[in-house]
Amino acid sequence: MSTLLAAASAFPPVEQAHLLEARRMQALSFAVHIPLVAFGIALPAMVLVAEWLGRRRSEPVLLAVARRWSHVMVALFGIGVVTGTILSLEMGLLWPGFTATFGSVFGLGFAIEGFSFFLEAIFIAIYVYGWDRLSPRAHMLAGVPIVVTGFLGSLMVISVNAWMNHPGGFSLRGGEVVDVRPVEALFGNPYLWHQIVHMYVAGYVVAGFVLASVYAWGRLRGRWGPYHRAALAIPLTIAALAAPVQFLVGDWAARQVAVLQPVKLAAMEGLGTTTRGASSHLLGWYERGRVVDGIEIPHALSLLAFHEWDAEVRGLDGVAPERRPPVNVVRVAFQTMVGIGTLLAAVGVAFLLVWWRRRRLPASPWFYRALLAAGPLSVVALVAGWVTTEVGRQPWVVYGVMPTRAAVTGAGGVPAGFAALALTYAGVAAGVVWLLRRLARRPLPEGLEQAAG
Amino acid sequence: MIEAVPLVLILVGLTAYVVLGGADFGAGLWQLLAGRGPGAERIREHAHRSMAPVWEANHVWLIFVLTVLWTSYPEVFGSVASTLSLPLAAAGLGIVARGAAYALRAGARDVREASRIDLIFAASSVLTPFALGCAVGAVAAGRVPVGNAAGDLLTSWTGALSLVLGALAVATSAHLAAVFLAADAARRGERALVDAFRARALAAGIAAGALAGAALAAVRADAPRLFDALTSSPAVACVAGSAAAGLATLALVAARRFEPARYLAAAAVGAVVAGWAVGQWPVVLPGLTVEQAAAPRDTLVAVIVAIAAGAIVVLPALGALLRLTLAGRLVADAPDPAIAAGAGVEAGSPRAPALAPRGAVAGLVAGFGLLTVADAGWAHAVGVVSLFAFVACGAASIVPGLVAGRAP
Ligand code: HDD
Ligand code: HEM
Ligand code: HEM
Repeated sequence: MSTLLAAASAFPPVEQAHLLEARRMQALSFAVHIPLVAFGIALPAMVLVAEWLGRRRSEPVLLAVARRWSHVMVALFGIGVVTGTILSLEMGLLWPGFTATFGSVFGLGFAIEGFSFFLEAIFIAIYVYGWDRLSPRAHMLAGVPIVVTGFLGSLMVISVNAWMNHPGGFSLRGGEVVDVRPVEALFGNPYLWHQIVHMYVAGYVVAGFVLASVYAWGRLRGRWGPYHRAALAIPLTIAALAAPVQFLVGDWAARQVAVLQPVKLAAMEGLGTTTRGASSHLLGWYERGRVVDGIEIPHALSLLAFHEWDAEVRGLDGVAPERRPPVNVVRVAFQTMVGIGTLLAAVGVAFLLVWWRRRRLPASPWFYRALLAAGPLSVVALVAGWVTTEVGRQPWVVYGVMPTRAAVTGAGGVPAGFAALALTYAGVAAGVVWLLRRLARRPLPEGLEQAAG
Repeated sequence: MIEAVPLVLILVGLTAYVVLGGADFGAGLWQLLAGRGPGAERIREHAHRSMAPVWEANHVWLIFVLTVLWTSYPEVFGSVASTLSLPLAAAGLGIVARGAAYALRAGARDVREASRIDLIFAASSVLTPFALGCAVGAVAAGRVPVGNAAGDLLTSWTGALSLVLGALAVATSAHLAAVFLAADAARRGERALVDAFRARALAAGIAAGALAGAALAAVRADAPRLFDALTSSPAVACVAGSAAAGLATLALVAARRFEPARYLAAAAVGAVVAGWAVGQWPVVLPGLTVEQAAAPRDTLVAVIVAIAAGAIVVLPALGALLRLTLAGRLVADAPDPAIAAGAGVEAGSPRAPALAPRGAVAGLVAGFGLLTVADAGWAHAVGVVSLFAFVACGAASIVPGLVAGRAP
């Protein structure tokens, strides 16, 4: 504890009346970027599956699916690029203290990420604009690097985030970093692995359920033919398989957090005091050191976090009050993610069971209504998960080393910038909704349109 | 000396961004200025069609500059970004608008609608280069002190040099775009468009030349130390080289040799950037030299190695993109042309892979056991791989049947 205090005093707080706005602006920028990223991770693979099957079987329907999705992919990628550029600028516009002090430690991850984005942009262009002019084989090969770079880019940014959560690979002397070991800092970090796997799988869950929910909506309104069936089956299958996996990976993530960031776990669970055989609560609200009005499950926390009936779980009383994150934000976000994750896994399992017994898509309209909800809910889970991680790290920007108050910019005008960004993003969001509806309404090419039913 | 290597790479990236990203903003400017009527719509359409396949790759150069800057010279980045937060934020919003225009255009029903979308967003094409030019001017004029928002938030980037450089950035972008678009129109054999963009390239080029002269005068007034350096060896060679390259570019455009003109224009930009760097050397920000600003050695080595490795992979890919674009093999088409059935790679009915369902079950069981029950790190790694195998095998078992199977 004393080392933490010493470290904190190495970074005095910055004069900034609008720290809260800066944090909200950061959160907004991420909440816009991260759903796009889910598509950047997973859509290329789905497009390739459709194209590969379509070519193997000479199935024009599947090729039409692949082609349309590839146009969605390039549009979303474009917005991913610009929202990502905003994030890069914000590293300096909002948190110059963070970047100026630690850029040399974590920057390498972003530099490699830059190259990964280069490759992604290049091959997306070749793939999407080369449909008619490249040989089928060359065209599909151009798609492979897009899948790979979607993973590589995510790995690089997440390595930075994991480092912020569990910093290492440097020493501090009087507020200066010395003895920097950037490779160790980014890739020798035990916090990295659950984060990247959980985020990567989240990409497939979100992109899969969102796409499936678009076609579920069409089906409920009677738009249903071979084209729509194929366009629903591919993302639905992938999301249905990924959702139960995400459940297991999330459980692993929680166990890692229990060991490496006990304060975050205590906030996620609303555990006020260090307890042996700690219980977990469903719902409820954290007040004065405990959860009220929740459904208590005895010993569940000790079991889940440490696989032991009576394991000791550290509570929030382990640290001084000003070093605790805002408990209810973290806890509600966490419960939202887990609740939605459970529902999504249930939808996935329902689909898998129908397929197992009947080898076909479910027929009940209720399934499609659930699917319709699953798309937006998966995005909520994604953002809630990030709120858990990021707000749970507070008040630190670099956990235990630099408080957020010392990272923020000293410049004025943060609320104005926040307002401008919010307005711009609202406009972009409206535009994207318009665009997706337009793309979905476009009549299908000659010969693929089939009567409903 | 290793402290200077990332700086050189940053300046190369900056030049590439001015040339390639600048051409993109310039194209937006020409869309804005095209006026009304069918001729104007053809100009907008051409500007869009030529830029669409390359604009994303062009913008990554800015990301490259930012990330290498904050990794290699963290303090410089923190000081610049906080003091110059206004122009940088404006540039960022402009980039968002520009990207949104590209994305939204995909939804346009006809040329008129597309043209309207271009117009809505075209103002951002002026905003971003202007703001970035102002920011560069602030650094060149020495108005960005070291520290978190230590400089004046407004006057640091509204000096004469900043404003002239902002205007110069806009004119250069317009010029580069017109040259690029003229070259592209020539390749497609569209004479009317060639003439239109040739005239624009000449006009913008002359404006850029005049503004470059004004910039030199502004440097003299605003940053006398830099002026002295720029007018003496070795920086003066860069300035003269840039002027010569600029004049030669205009001559080539007049002679309709657009392709070489592009490279000379890039050389003119690069020479100015180099002259600036040489003129300011070794100071980056007032009182801060390159050596003092640089990150610790291990970081610099890692960055340089990463960039070298990245370049080996990215440059050939970039070359391929350029070649395919120049050969006219990448076209911004409609999403649904008539689809030729039977263009299969290896036609034939797929065997239902009987192993896949078993692989899926095995992956799930192994994944659960190793990731959820076991506690060792290696077990977690194998468990994650098993779960990925579950998803892949599961999809291989389910998807082929569903996309072709009976409709429920
Ligand atoms: C579709 C999205 C999605 C779904 C269904 C879930 N998660 Fe999640 N979760 C995320 C998306 C996400 C994420 C991608 O947003 C986060 C944020 C940071 C990270 O690495 O992944 C995350 C973080 C995150 C963390 C914090 C990790 C950290 O701070 O290092 C935990 C403990 C969990 N999750 C646990 C779960 C559990 C037990 C789930 C059970 C159903 C679950 N998640 C479903
Ligand atoms: C969890 C965090 C993040 C993940 C997983 C992630 C992943 C990705 C992915 C896969 C893309 C590709 C574009 C797309 O498909 O839409 C992308 C774009 C981008 N991201 Fe993020 N990102 C994250 C956070 C950040 C952060 C913190 C920054 C910067 C500070 C950032 C900067 C960018 C940039 C600049 C781009 C555009 C790339 C280009 O120009 O091609 N991202 N991101
Ligand atoms: C690699 C990726 C990421 C990096 C480098 C990163 C970096 C940062 C930084 C520098 C801050 C400000 C300092 C602080 O408040 O601690 C922050 C805060 C925040 N970020 Fe992240 N972040 C990443 C991913 C994400 C994602 C994907 C989200 C999704 C929504 C997110 C949500 C937030 C939120 C909500 C805050 C504000 C927390 C608070 O102040 O209470 N972050 N992040």
